[in-house]
Amino acid sequence: MAAEQLAQYLASGVVVGGIYALIGLGFVIVFGVTRIVNFAQGEFVMLGALGMAALGSQGMMPLAAFAVSVLGVAAVGAVLYRLAVHPLRHAPALAVLILTIGASIAIRGAALIVWGTDPLAVPAFSAGPPIVVAGAVVVRQGLWVLAVAAAAFVALWWFFTRTYAGAAVQACALNPRGARLMGIRVERVALLAWALAGALGATAGAVIAPITYATYDMGLILGLKGFVAAVLGGLVSPPAAIAGGFVLGVVESLAAGLVSSAYKDAVAFVVLVVVCLAQVLGALPWRVVAEET
Amino acid sequence: MHVVLATVLAALVLLGGAFGTAGAQEPYRLGAIFSITGPGSSLGIPERDTALMIEAEVNARGGVKGPDGRMHPLKLVIYDDASDETKAVLAAKKLIDEDRVTAIVGTTLSGTSLAILDTVQKAEVPLISCAAASRIVEPAAERRWVFKTPQSDQLIIGVLVDHLKAKGLKRVGWLNVDYAFGQLGWIEFEKATAAAGLAVVANEKFGQKDVDMTAQLTRVKAAGPEAVVVWSIPPSASIVTRNYADLGLRMPLFQSHGVGNKKYIELAAGAANGVVFPAGKLLVAEQLADDDPQKPILLAYAREFEAKYGPRNTFGGHAWDAVQLAVRALGKAGGDRAGVRAAIESTRNFVGISGVFDFSPTDHNGLDRRAATMIQIVDGRWKIAK
Amino acid sequence: MTARARGGALAAAAAVVAALPWAVESRYVLGMLVFIALNGLAAIGLSLVMGFAGQVSLGQAAFFAVGAYVSGVLTASCGWNGWAAMVVAVAAGALVAFVVGLPIFRLSGLLLAMGTLAFGIIVYYVLVNWASVTGGPSGLAGIPPLALGGFRFDTDARMLALAWGALLVVIAFTGNVVDSRIGRALRAIHGSEAAAAAVGIDTARLKVGVFALAGAITALGGALYAHYVTFINPSPFGFAYSVELLVMVVLGGVASIWGPVLGAAAVVLLVEGLRAALPLLTAAHGAAEYEIAVFGVLLMAFMIFLPSGLAGLARRAA
Repeated sequence: MAAEQLAQYLASGVVVGGIYALIGLGFVIVFGVTRIVNFAQGEFVMLGALGMAALGSQGMMPLAAFAVSVLGVAAVGAVLYRLAVHPLRHAPALAVLILTIGASIAIRGAALIVWGTDPLAVPAFSAGPPIVVAGAVVVRQGLWVLAVAAAAFVALWWFFTRTYAGAAVQACALNPRGARLMGIRVERVALLAWALAGALGATAGAVIAPITYATYDMGLILGLKGFVAAVLGGLVSPPAAIAGGFVLGVVESLAAGLVSSAYKDAVAFVVLVVVCLAQVLGALPWRVVAEET
Repeated sequence: MHVVLATVLAALVLLGGAFGTAGAQEPYRLGAIFSITGPGSSLGIPERDTALMIEAEVNARGGVKGPDGRMHPLKLVIYDDASDETKAVLAAKKLIDEDRVTAIVGTTLSGTSLAILDTVQKAEVPLISCAAASRIVEPAAERRWVFKTPQSDQLIIGVLVDHLKAKGLKRVGWLNVDYAFGQLGWIEFEKATAAAGLAVVANEKFGQKDVDMTAQLTRVKAAGPEAVVVWSIPPSASIVTRNYADLGLRMPLFQSHGVGNKKYIELAAGAANGVVFPAGKLLVAEQLADDDPQKPILLAYAREFEAKYGPRNTFGGHAWDAVQLAVRALGKAGGDRAGVRAAIESTRNFVGISGVFDFSPTDHNGLDRRAATMIQIVDGRWKIAK
Repeated sequence: MTARARGGALAAAAAVVAALPWAVESRYVLGMLVFIALNGLAAIGLSLVMGFAGQVSLGQAAFFAVGAYVSGVLTASCGWNGWAAMVVAVAAGALVAFVVGLPIFRLSGLLLAMGTLAFGIIVYYVLVNWASVTGGPSGLAGIPPLALGGFRFDTDARMLALAWGALLVVIAFTGNVVDSRIGRALRAIHGSEAAAAAVGIDTARLKVGVFALAGAITALGGALYAHYVTFINPSPFGFAYSVELLVMVVLGGVASIWGPVLGAAAVVLLVEGLRAALPLLTAAHGAAEYEIAVFGVLLMAFMIFLPSGLAGLARRAA
C-alpha cells in the first residue's frame, strides 16, 4: 500500500480529529465545573453550523456570521443552564442527565421547525482548490478547521491560566466547596462554563459546516464522537480531550482505510472500550476519568 | 366525582360515534404514512406535499365521483413515522382502526413498509407503498394487499449496468451507504454485474451521517477502477461527490436515483458536473420526445409542484402515482377496501410519473425498463445521457 | 410495596388485561398496549441495573436486539419452533450480558456507563454489517408468530395477553428477587459499595448477576417484539432506543418495579398523544415537525417538576 494512501488516511484523520477535539472540549468544560454530562453539546454544534448557513445566506459577511452564531449559541448555553439545569442542582444526577437529553431533543426539534430537514450548504472560508501535502489531499476548509481549533485551544489556555475568571473556573472544577469558601460565586462560574461550552460547540459547527453541510440532526453522532474524545482525555482534562479527539480521528481513518470501511463508525467505540479496560488493568499511564461515583 | 366523569366520557363516546355515521356526501378516507422527520425526510416531505397537492386539486373539482354516481370529498389523513418501524406500525393501526381509512399510501422507506406489511395484510387494507425494495411486493402470492409505485432496485440497477456495459466500462468500483437503500442496491448490483460480465474491483461502505469519505475513496482508487458507482442519498451522496473531486479522481462517477433532486447539485456544487445516474423521466421531462405518453403528465406535475413547493423531485412523483392510483380506485369501488384492492390490481396502462403502470395479480409494481433513463448533470442541469 | 400489595396489584392488572380485548376493539389501542408491555420489559431490565445495582447502562437496546435477532433468525432462517427460539434468545441475552459484564463491571461510575454505551453501539454495527445472518440494514422478514398447537398469537389481542402475561410474570419474579436476600444485598451495594463489600457481600458477582438477569428480561421483550411485528431491522435498536429506555426508567422512577412500566406507558402515550393533539393545535398538516420539539420540552418540564419520576409521585400520594 502506497505511502500516498497512508498519508491521505492520516491527513483526513487529523482534520476530522480536530472537529472531535473541539466538540470534546465543550463536554470537558461543562463536566469539570458542574459534574454534568451535557447531552445537548452536539446540538450546540448543530446550531453553530445552521446559524452560519442561515446568516450567510441572508448576506452577512462570514466573519460577522461566525461571531453572531458563536455568541448566540453561547447565550443558548447560558439560558439552558439558568432555566433548566440550575433548578435541578439538588436533584439526582440521573434526572439532570435526562434533562439534558430533553434539551437536546427540544433544540433539535426547534431547528427542524425553523430550518426544515434539507441540508444547508455553507461556503468555505477561503476559496481555492485543495492543497496537496506529501501526496495527501487536504481541502482548504480542513486547514481552517485546524487553525480555528488551534486558536480556540490557545484562547482557552490563556483564559484558564491568565485570567481571574479562568482561575475561578478551574477552582470550581477542582473543589466547588473550597471555591465557594474563597468567595467565588459557583453559580456564576457554572453559567460561564455553560456559555463557554455553547461557544465552543458553535465554533466547531461553524467551521465544519462547509465540509459537512448543516442539518438539523447532525448533532447526534458528532456529539457522541466528541464525547468519546472527551472521555478518552478524562472528561476533566482539556489537553487530554484534545489529544483524544485527534487520536480518535486518526484511528477511525486508518481503520477505514487499512482494515474495512464497514465498521468505521464502530471503531470509535471499540477504542473507547479498549481504553476503559486498559485503565482498569492499570495499563494506562494517566487516569482516564477522575475516580468518583 | 367519578360518576360525573363517567357520564362525561360516555357522552363523548356517543358523540364521537354520532360523527361516524355521516350523511350522503360521506368523504372517502385515504390514509398516508410518510417519513416527514428522521433520515427519510428528504424523501418524505415532497411525498407529503404532493399528496396534499392532489387532495386540494381533487376537492376543488368537487371530490371523487364514486360508483354511486355522487361526488365524495377526499379526506387525506397523514401521519409521520419519523423513519421508525415501531411508529410506522402504530400509525398503520391507527389509520385502520381509528381513522377507518379505505386504503393507505406509503411508507417512504423500505424498512417501515416491510414493518407494516403484516398489519395491513391481516386487516385486509390495500397499501400502495412509495418505497423501493422489491421485497415489499414479492412474492406476489404473499402480497395480495400490497402494491408499490417506485421502480424496483432491480430495474434501476439493470438500466445502469446496461449503460456501463454499453460504454465499455468493465472494471467498476462501488460504494454504498450502510442504510437499507444502499445495501439493496449492492445486492442487485452484484447480481447484475456478474450476469453482464463486469468486474467489481472495490466495494466500500459509509455511514449516513459520515462527514468524510476520503478513506473509502482512497481504497477504491487503489484498486484501479474504470468507473465508480455510489449508492446513497444527500447529504452523504453530496459529500462523497465533493471528496471525489477533491481527491482528483477522474474516472466517470455514477450515482443512484437517490440524487434525483436539486439539493444534491446545490450541495455538491461544481463537483456534481458530469455525474450520471439512472432515474425516472420526471427530471428531463422537457427533453422527451413529444410522442412519449408520459410527457404531458410529467410536465403538468412538474409545473404544479414547482409553483407551490419548490424544485421537482422523483420521490414526490412516487407519491403522485400512489395517491392517483388510490383516487381512481376509490372512484371505481367506493369506500370498500376489497373493491379498491381489486381496482388497483386491475389497473392497466396508467400513465404515471414513475412510468406507465400495468398491474396484475402477479405483478404489483407494474413497471418495466422504460420507466427509467440515464441522466447526466451538465452545468447544474439534468440532460438525458447518451 | 409489600409482597401482598404487589400480589393484589398483579391480580388486578391480570384481570384488566384479560378483559380488555372484549372492551376494546381498536387494534391501534391494543397495539399501543402491546408496545407498552414490550418496552416495559426492556425498561424493567434497565431499571434493575440502574436502580438496584446502581449503575447506568447506556446500551440496553443491544439486549433487546439480541433477543429479537436470536429468536428471529432461529425461527425465520433455521425453522425452529418459536418457544424454543425464545428460550434461547432469553438465554443469549443473559449470556451476552454476563460475558460483557465481567470486564465492564470492573469499571465503575462514568467509565462503566461509557463501556455500556460502546457495547450497545458495537452490537448495532455488528447487526448492520453481519448481513449474511442478520439480513443487514434491510432486515429480516417472515418471522413467524408464536403458536401453541393450532392457536397462533397473530392478532393484537392475543399478543396483548402474551406480552402482558410475560410482563406480569417478570414483575412478580423481580419483586421476589428484590424482597429476597439478594435484593437486600443489591440495595446495600446501591447504598454504599464499600460498606457492602465490608460486610462480606461479593459485590462484583452480584452486579454481574443482576446485569445478566437484566439482559435476559430485556431480551425477552425483544424476542416478543420480533414475533409480533414479524419483521426486524437494526434501525429501531440503535443508541436512540437505549436513550429512550433510559428516559422511560427515569420518568417512571428508578428503583421501583412498576416504575419502568409507568415510564414506558408515559413515553408511548406521550408520542401518540402528540400525534393526535398537535394537528388540532397547529396547521393541520404541518404538525409532524412540531412533535419532536414539543416532546423535548415536555421531557424537560417533567424532569424539572418531577425529578423522582412517576413512581415517586405515587409514593408521595400514598
